[in-house]
Amino acid sequence: MNKTGRKTPPAVKAESDWLQPMSISTAPPYEESRPVHFSLWVGDARGVQVLDLNCGLNFPGGGLHEEAYHGRRNIGLHCGGFSVKRVFLGHAEMEKMTCVSPLSGKTMFCHLDAPANAISVCRDATQVVVAGRNIFKIYAMEETGFVERLNLRVGRKPSLNFSCADVMWHQSDENLLATAATNGAVVTWNLSRPCRNKQELLFTEHKRTVNKVCFHPSEAHMLLSGSQDGFMKCFDLRKKESVSTFSGQSESVRDVQFSMKDYFTFAASFENGNVQLWDIRRPDRYERMFTAHTGPVFCCDWHPDDRGWLATGGRDKMVKVWDMTTNRAKEIHCVQTIASVARVKWRPERRWHLATCSMMVDHNIYVWDVRRPFIPFATFEEHKDVATGVAWRHPHDPYVLLSGSKDSTLYQHMFRDASRPVDRANPEGLCFGLFGDLAFAAKESLMAGDAGRKPYPGGDRRYPIFFFKKPDVTEQFAQVSSALSVFEFEANGGDEGRGRMDWFVETARRYLLTGKPFAELCDHNAKVAKELNRPQVSTTWTMLRIMYSDPGNPATPANHNISKLGNIPLMISLKEMSSALNERNKENRVDNLHNLETNLNIDENEETEGSEGQAEYLFGDAELDDDDLYSMEHDNQTEEPEYILPQEAFPLRHEIVDHPSAPEPPAEKPESPQVSGGEAEGSCLTPMESFSLISVSQLLFQPRLPPGFFSPVVRAALTHYAELGDVQMAVSALIVLGERIRKEVDELTQEHWYMSYIELLQRFELWNVSNEVIKLSTCSAITCLNQASTTLHINCSNCKRPMNNKGWICDRCHQCASVCAVCHHVVKGLFVWCQGCSHGGHLEHMREWLKHSNHCPAGCGHLCEYT
Amino acid sequence: PAELKLRNITTMDVRGAATWEALASRDASSRDAAMASLHQEVMRRVESVGPMPETPSGPSATTAPGVADDLSDILARVLMLSKRCPYDDVREKCVWLLRSIQDIGVRIPRPLGNGPSKFIPEKEILKVSKVDSRTIFEEAFSLGRLDNISLVMGFHPQYLESFLRTQHYLLQMDGPLSLHYRHYIGIMAAARHQCSYLVNLHVNDFLQVGGDPKWLNGLEGAPQKLRSLGELNKILAHRPWLLTKAHMESLLKAEEHSWSLAELIHAVVLLTHYHSMASFTFGCGISPDIHAEGGHTFRPPSLSSYCVCDIANGNGAVDELLADQQVLEVSGEVEVLMERMKQLQECRDEEEASQEEMATRFEREKSESMLVTTAEYEECVPSRDVSRHFEDPSYGYQDFSRRGEHVPTFRVQDYSWEDHGFSLVNRLYPDVGQLLDEKFQIAYNLTYNTMATHQGVDTSMLRRAIWNYIHCMFGIRYDDYDYGEINELLDRNFKVYIKTMVCSPEKITKRMYESFWRQFQHSEKVHVNLLLMEARMQAELLYALRAITRYMT
Repeated sequence: MNKTGRKTPPAVKAESDWLQPMSISTAPPYEESRPVHFSLWVGDARGVQVLDLNCGLNFPGGGLHEEAYHGRRNIGLHCGGFSVKRVFLGHAEMEKMTCVSPLSGKTMFCHLDAPANAISVCRDATQVVVAGRNIFKIYAMEETGFVERLNLRVGRKPSLNFSCADVMWHQSDENLLATAATNGAVVTWNLSRPCRNKQELLFTEHKRTVNKVCFHPSEAHMLLSGSQDGFMKCFDLRKKESVSTFSGQSESVRDVQFSMKDYFTFAASFENGNVQLWDIRRPDRYERMFTAHTGPVFCCDWHPDDRGWLATGGRDKMVKVWDMTTNRAKEIHCVQTIASVARVKWRPERRWHLATCSMMVDHNIYVWDVRRPFIPFATFEEHKDVATGVAWRHPHDPYVLLSGSKDSTLYQHMFRDASRPVDRANPEGLCFGLFGDLAFAAKESLMAGDAGRKPYPGGDRRYPIFFFKKPDVTEQFAQVSSALSVFEFEANGGDEGRGRMDWFVETARRYLLTGKPFAELCDHNAKVAKELNRPQVSTTWTMLRIMYSDPGNPATPANHNISKLGNIPLMISLKEMSSALNERNKENRVDNLHNLETNLNIDENEETEGSEGQAEYLFGDAELDDDDLYSMEHDNQTEEPEYILPQEAFPLRHEIVDHPSAPEPPAEKPESPQVSGGEAEGSCLTPMESFSLISVSQLLFQPRLPPGFFSPVVRAALTHYAELGDVQMAVSALIVLGERIRKEVDELTQEHWYMSYIELLQRFELWNVSNEVIKLSTCSAITCLNQASTTLHINCSNCKRPMNNKGWICDRCHQCASVCAVCHHVVKGLFVWCQGCSHGGHLEHMREWLKHSNHCPAGCGHLCEYT
Repeated sequence: PAELKLRNITTMDVRGAATWEALASRDASSRDAAMASLHQEVMRRVESVGPMPETPSGPSATTAPGVADDLSDILARVLMLSKRCPYDDVREKCVWLLRSIQDIGVRIPRPLGNGPSKFIPEKEILKVSKVDSRTIFEEAFSLGRLDNISLVMGFHPQYLESFLRTQHYLLQMDGPLSLHYRHYIGIMAAARHQCSYLVNLHVNDFLQVGGDPKWLNGLEGAPQKLRSLGELNKILAHRPWLLTKAHMESLLKAEEHSWSLAELIHAVVLLTHYHSMASFTFGCGISPDIHAEGGHTFRPPSLSSYCVCDIANGNGAVDELLADQQVLEVSGEVEVLMERMKQLQECRDEEEASQEEMATRFEREKSESMLVTTAEYEECVPSRDVSRHFEDPSYGYQDFSRRGEHVPTFRVQDYSWEDHGFSLVNRLYPDVGQLLDEKFQIAYNLTYNTMATHQGVDTSMLRRAIWNYIHCMFGIRYDDYDYGEINELLDRNFKVYIKTMVCSPEKITKRMYESFWRQFQHSEKVHVNLLLMEARMQAELLYALRAITRYMT
């Protein structure tokens, strides 16, 4: 300390393995006999770094050299007889003080003559060297652009020694460069050589391509290389030869990197996916090995500040960050990129950031925040071919990145010009879970301001979950706080599980689609819907019934009838009608009453008035009901009732207004009941009969509506349901209505509905319903679904092979496979067999047999059962 | 007639598929059952055909030609089973079945040629198949893919497994191309080298997966999309270095006939796979599968019908006598080779060739490889009808080398399979990159540390020389390789063989196969063939993939 003339560092950060700072003069000389290299660093605030070199390497000792290094003073001291541990002083303060003012500059590029394989920056950040198969040049980086300073490819004959796979500029000696050649040579270059040829040393110890060279970060004369032949060699530049060889015992070495903080440690990555840690003093075996990637690990990089962190990039498109301080290397971060990772470099001054470029296909350079592995923090998109080398211009400036590429350009990227994918990313995400849960992520600011969400926090069915990222002071990422809300459906919530699909399953099971007269089907379905708390659907069913069961229409005229005759049928009809029917019917009636007023005699208005009063009351009731219904509906269905109601109410009235002027000929009268009977599929039941009666008596007055009269309305209604997502209603109605509506809806739409409904049914494993729907559908495309895979394959009972041709004779073993166990003749036709013992025979024979015996006729002893 | 025959085979295959499958089952009882049903089926047909007339006009002369054809097809298959089935019980029963119907007076087939390979004695191959590769064979057999190629590869079970897995994936598993396209591309590729064996194999497969027989009349019968692939096929097979991104562009941007990138990769992998397979097929003298056309005959063995080559190719006494003589002549060949390897290993560090020297060595090998021409043209393989349609005789490696064009140098350090090719393939056709990578590695690293009778030899140098020599022929250069080594390690006969096999495999003769490495064992020669095949495939792939990469950037 004293010797350097610097004052004592302001703070000492003591850690367990650090010794107290000491001055050089007090350093105890231990064994005189062992020359040990010792180097001392003194920084402005960093303090003293004394390095332990007590074994392994044998460096000629003695001497002191002093260098300026980024405003720090770097003093190397060579002397003998020390054994001292590392000391760090004032670490934290140092970080701040070494932050250089950002380099001024702009994004710029220059054309190289040939594709670059690697680049490296001089330690003072003013020059960059570019190396490739056919290029080896030094460029100066000036304010306005790159300026070529030196071409190191000199000499008449092209030599493979110049064909560089990698290049590295020494981090303390600005005249020293090393390259790795594709032919296996390692070359060092001294820029201070006076002649044109700057080549200094040539090592041809590797047998195969050298993939990587690396200078020791602090040791001036130590160079490490890693080669395709599986060896790593450590060269001492003063001895001009390798001092140790490390055999990875596995495949080719792709990258070697000295640890930034641990003097003796280096990492090597291999083509077989392994990463090895070596102690430079122990060439016999690696200290640690772990498998980092599947496939080659193309690159690795030590974190400049965190001594235990190693980033690796591989062909498997991943960048992984490993914590090496623990016993087993622990993967702490993993970034998935879109192409194999060729280079990875930590970003200076940004603890979590690293830059990557890819080997193939993807030409961009990405800067990632390892904590946010799904989206690059920044992207540089200038290159037209893959970037092969990336380097941060200055070890303490995070804003300037240099890159060389196969497209023969050298770029200086400014961070402010980088594109930020996160800005363009869609900030909202929405996804349904398996059980109907809904997750929704959006910017937190958006979510917080959303009034609609306010009522729910802590509510019974929605649990918003928030994820915040801690803002980092140095972090420039667009403020990444997003909120993820998960909306769950409660299984037994107060809402009868409305959000779930229970109603769907239940409805599908209970709906009747065929087998009864039309009106009954509608009634039944209406009832089902009502019971499942779906009044609107229920009402629709009822309406369908009214519209299409023939007497349903004339139910309107029935009112006239009543009003005219003033007798019981009205009561009967009203009684017969369900309450829901009532609601609807009353509306009609009200309409009709208006007609009545306009068209008919007012003489009978005693009755009319009575019924009108009642009607109005009921109408009001219906409205109330509608309100109820409205409120009971799930939010997203709110428009529904509004939509339907007017649709059916108004056309009805207009039609009726029109018609009286042209009464139908009486000839129609006798036919109508028959027609209605036919439509109601055969059997008429009491309510219908009563209607029919009414209608017969009524038709004199009111013409019957044509059969297709309601079709447009119904079609619109079904389409509406389908659009709402309730394809169940659309299809069920389609089936129940059958011929009445089928022609109105175009074939393709029908098919679409059917397919959707069938798929839904099958998802809910309602196989029977689905099958019934398929059977009942009239679309050829749907019915043919049941025609597929209808074959039942059977195996021969003798040879156990599948029988292809006939059911009763096996074409392999030529045995009759299905012989009746009772009469021992071949069964052609119905063959019934016991599922327990698989014996069987003619249906009749088996039945007979089992009438008087419980045992299998084949004598196997099984107790067969005929059901 | 060839087509008719094909269709017959196919119909039988389809109908009887279950039985044949069951015979390949691992479950002994179901094999038994299948065997029984096969027996009945044969008997039924024999009865319906009636005893075969003794006239030599062949089975087609009988009253029911269809049935008779069926029968002979089945019998051919039974014959195949009696020889090839990995299960003893099936083999025995098949022999017994054949014998029993022969007793009735039915003419039974006998295999033509000697074993799976014309070059390698059958007993050696079968010896292996019973021990080392047994489980793999059983698996291959159950997939219906135990062909002669696999049998020969059975010398190297480790490789065979990877090979079969890759091939199965390429042909059967998920991929961008439809099944019949895959087989058709296989046919196209194999036909480039007039490899009737592979063409036959895939014509059957092609028809079985529902391919249109019209396509088999030649490329003109195929859709435009496949037709446009013809050019790529041609260049890839003979002069891959001429591939440019323009070729790829013309395929990828052909409006409605255009290929997608993934399809193109799949097609390229298939093409290169079958080009190199053709090399292997000829290189090892694979003979037709017993049940396929040309693998068996119904003619009784008579002296006159014995062709001389049958004797010469077989393992008859004459042959062994000759072989013994040869061995005597060339004894010491292996030792010389080993000595050279040792020398090279030792003196490499001392003798440091200059860079120019290295470059010239490469150029010399490259140009020499062009001049190594096959002296023997006499034996021309009769090509099958189908393959004739795919040929373009005006285009071949031969023409090119005579004109003395210059092959541009491809630096492997700039575009290698491991770094670049793999990533591209895996990106566009997932998993295949991985499979190919494994296959290349196994082929490249395969060694038993033996050379002929010597144990414990490090053969890496020799293998590398072979691999690099093949790449050298394609103009692919390794900066870190001294091409002088090739000259030391590979003698002229061997170079002729390599050259012929890689560039015009259809011209391989038995003499060439025998004239190199005379002391080495057959398994070692098959090993060499595997190396050649994989190196060739990789070389073609590198050029194709580089062109695609250039198109993409």
